[in-house]
Amino acid sequence: MRAFLSRFRYQILLFLGVLGPGVITAMVDNDSGGIYTYSAAGAKYGYLPLWTLLPITVVLIITQEMCSRMGAVTGKGLSDLIREEFGLRITFVTMALLVLVNLTNVVSEFAGIASSLELFHISRYITVPLSAFAVWFMVVKGTYRSVEKIFLFASLLYVTYIVSGILVKPDWKEAAIYSVKPVMMLDSGYIYMLIGMVGTTIAPWMQFYLQSAIVEKGISAKEYSASRLEVIVGCIGTDIIAFFIIVACAGAIYSVAPRDIQDAAQAAVALKPFGQYAFLLFSAGLFNASLFAASILPLSTAYSVCEGLGFESGVDRRFREAPIFYVLYTLLIVVGAGVIMIPNFPLVPMILLSQVLNGVLLPLILIFMVLLINKRELMGEWVNSHWLNLAAWITVVVMIGLTLAYSGISIRGLK
Amino acid sequence: MADYLFFTELMSMPVLDSRGRRIGRVKDAALVPLAHSARIDRVLVGGGDTWLTVRYDQIRAISLPKGISLSDEQLMPYHDDEYMLRIGRDLLDQQIIDVTGRKVVRVNDLTLTIHNDGARDILTVSEVDIGLRSILRRLLQGVLPPRVIRRLQQPIPPNSIPWDFCNVVEPDPLRRLRLNISYTKLETMHPADLADIVEELSPAEREAIFETIDSEVAADALTEIDPKMQASILESLEPEKAADIVEEMAPDEAADILSELEEETSEEILDEMDSAPKTEVRELLEFAEDTAGGMMNTEFVSLHENASVMDALAALRGNEDLLESLTTLFLVDADERLTAAIPLARLFIASGGAKLKELAAETMIQVSVDEKQNRVTELFDKYNLLTLPVTDEDGKLAGVITADDIISVLRQR
Repeated sequence: MRAFLSRFRYQILLFLGVLGPGVITAMVDNDSGGIYTYSAAGAKYGYLPLWTLLPITVVLIITQEMCSRMGAVTGKGLSDLIREEFGLRITFVTMALLVLVNLTNVVSEFAGIASSLELFHISRYITVPLSAFAVWFMVVKGTYRSVEKIFLFASLLYVTYIVSGILVKPDWKEAAIYSVKPVMMLDSGYIYMLIGMVGTTIAPWMQFYLQSAIVEKGISAKEYSASRLEVIVGCIGTDIIAFFIIVACAGAIYSVAPRDIQDAAQAAVALKPFGQYAFLLFSAGLFNASLFAASILPLSTAYSVCEGLGFESGVDRRFREAPIFYVLYTLLIVVGAGVIMIPNFPLVPMILLSQVLNGVLLPLILIFMVLLINKRELMGEWVNSHWLNLAAWITVVVMIGLTLAYSGISIRGLK
Repeated sequence: MADYLFFTELMSMPVLDSRGRRIGRVKDAALVPLAHSARIDRVLVGGGDTWLTVRYDQIRAISLPKGISLSDEQLMPYHDDEYMLRIGRDLLDQQIIDVTGRKVVRVNDLTLTIHNDGARDILTVSEVDIGLRSILRRLLQGVLPPRVIRRLQQPIPPNSIPWDFCNVVEPDPLRRLRLNISYTKLETMHPADLADIVEELSPAEREAIFETIDSEVAADALTEIDPKMQASILESLEPEKAADIVEEMAPDEAADILSELEEETSEEILDEMDSAPKTEVRELLEFAEDTAGGMMNTEFVSLHENASVMDALAALRGNEDLLESLTTLFLVDADERLTAAIPLARLFIASGGAKLKELAAETMIQVSVDEKQNRVTELFDKYNLLTLPVTDEDGKLAGVITADDIISVLRQR
């Protein structure tokens, strides 16, 4: 029994040792765009979309697992590997697209910050510059360890969604049934919504961020089993949060009167009749998620680009040592936050455009990933097994199909 | 003034036979480091469906507008030769170490010089190009003619490293021998710089470096590396090599690293060590990490309490390897119990026959081996210490904690 306990303790310590990259990446996935998508799904279709969360979790685990394995085994970031195996030109095109896509994402995160705090009647001309500065300062003046601790704490705050979901007192029986019962409708709005849910789940930046974080944390192939568990826990956790967001909006909006909502802040307002706390927690969650993602996206972008193109990078370096890294990082924040302050900026077309670019970039990256992870000279015994490869290719094909469909619809929206 | 050529320009240059007929285009070029460290020894030419190998002495002239003209067209078909370092395949886009700049860089392009030795033009690698200018060249290569690219890149300042200061990293030991790659250049770097570089490389490359460099340099660099990475590096090495490195480390640092390893691995390494350092390290391993015993090292100089300054100088001469960081001498009585601490600088102003006792610091601060880490750092702060003696339960001097130990403790918080 003692041996068992000490073994158990050892396993827990091992898990805590690798805790960070997987959970953080998965949680940031529920950024302001993700929360909007889930809220809109719950508001219009109630409990019906819940069944998609199960396959989404599986797909998320498959892609994230590959990235973390590559990071642990090769000790190199994804953009490093793309550069080394596919050359400079392909890397350059990939990085240029990544910067564009992530920039539009940063804009939507700052939009999330603005709208969540405007619920409390604080002007965006105060909140956005302050948040931008806070984000910039924290990363530039911090070290990787301290930043990771802040991020882990931010991941904990997602609990607010679980509480607000419970406060709404949704119909748990329905929620349970529709979590496992697939419902298909030949309604264009419904299909668009399903594609959107999958589309927001796997973003290009996540693959880069996760792999770099694994490398930065120094997780080795030997600790990999603990790290894989962490990635899986993170993916499941993120979809549990998604579940509660959908359930909260289903209970608060759909059960009253199904309707379309324009942004996540509207969902928060709709929670008001269920008590001040439900509203407060939901909007605090939105603020936290947006701020969290606004901190990670510019950082991850600057890292990936500098790694891939061979510039010095890292928050532990000084400005003079890594000028391109800091300029790019600062520019992403300044432009991302600045756009939100331009009155009448066409935000909706820009977010749709971001979906289109996403649709171009994600297939590229998924294909690179599966090609890389099958290179024996890189991965040794850690290459994909036969079955995992099949699952990976199916995932890639499905994701490419859905993403292209999603960006196709977005292009129509742009006209 | 020798003419220069970028590797991007060499790529897809036409190759002409002695009568000026085109054989094909350049696909890659290779060094044979065992023959010459910088000369382009082979140029690989794509002709039809196979590649042909052009030896450097089959070339007559090389020029940017005209291409490569041969003096001898008896070309061998290309087969993958293990002694070749192929530039396009093995060097471009890979990471190399800039030894003088002390960083890891990614190769964008190479600058080659063309010089004529009387009979033929010879290409030599002179610089490795990094930075924006070479990125522009790579992106435009094949899209615009080389002359236009040269003009376009003018405004961007060049960023290159001389080839002699570059160290290629190759994890495979067999290939390393064939390509004549050594890491001796790295041994000239400051251990802290080497540590920074090693942290940026992949695990396999780290292992390759520690496997081959001098154990003393390896030990110095290893102590500067992040503790978690230290452990994984030692685990990846053969136990004999790991033991050689650990032996070169200060006993307290050796004990710290070994305590990070799994019991089995650290035992394996300890078994390979010489007996003297082994016992010291084993003793230190007994103490919990966050106590004075776990923080201290056993490298100190102690003398009998009746010793004179002359005795002290003789003792120092016998401990030359400690001198670089030694600040205090200790006096012990017949039972080896600590009685006094002498600041080293006081020896300089004392006469040779003076008793060391008379030079002792007025107050002596000491702690026992099981004192908590927090208390120890507090004492360093309060009394502005450089060294703090640690005694065992009988009052015997067991080791010393130095200010650098405290700094690493504080940094890790």
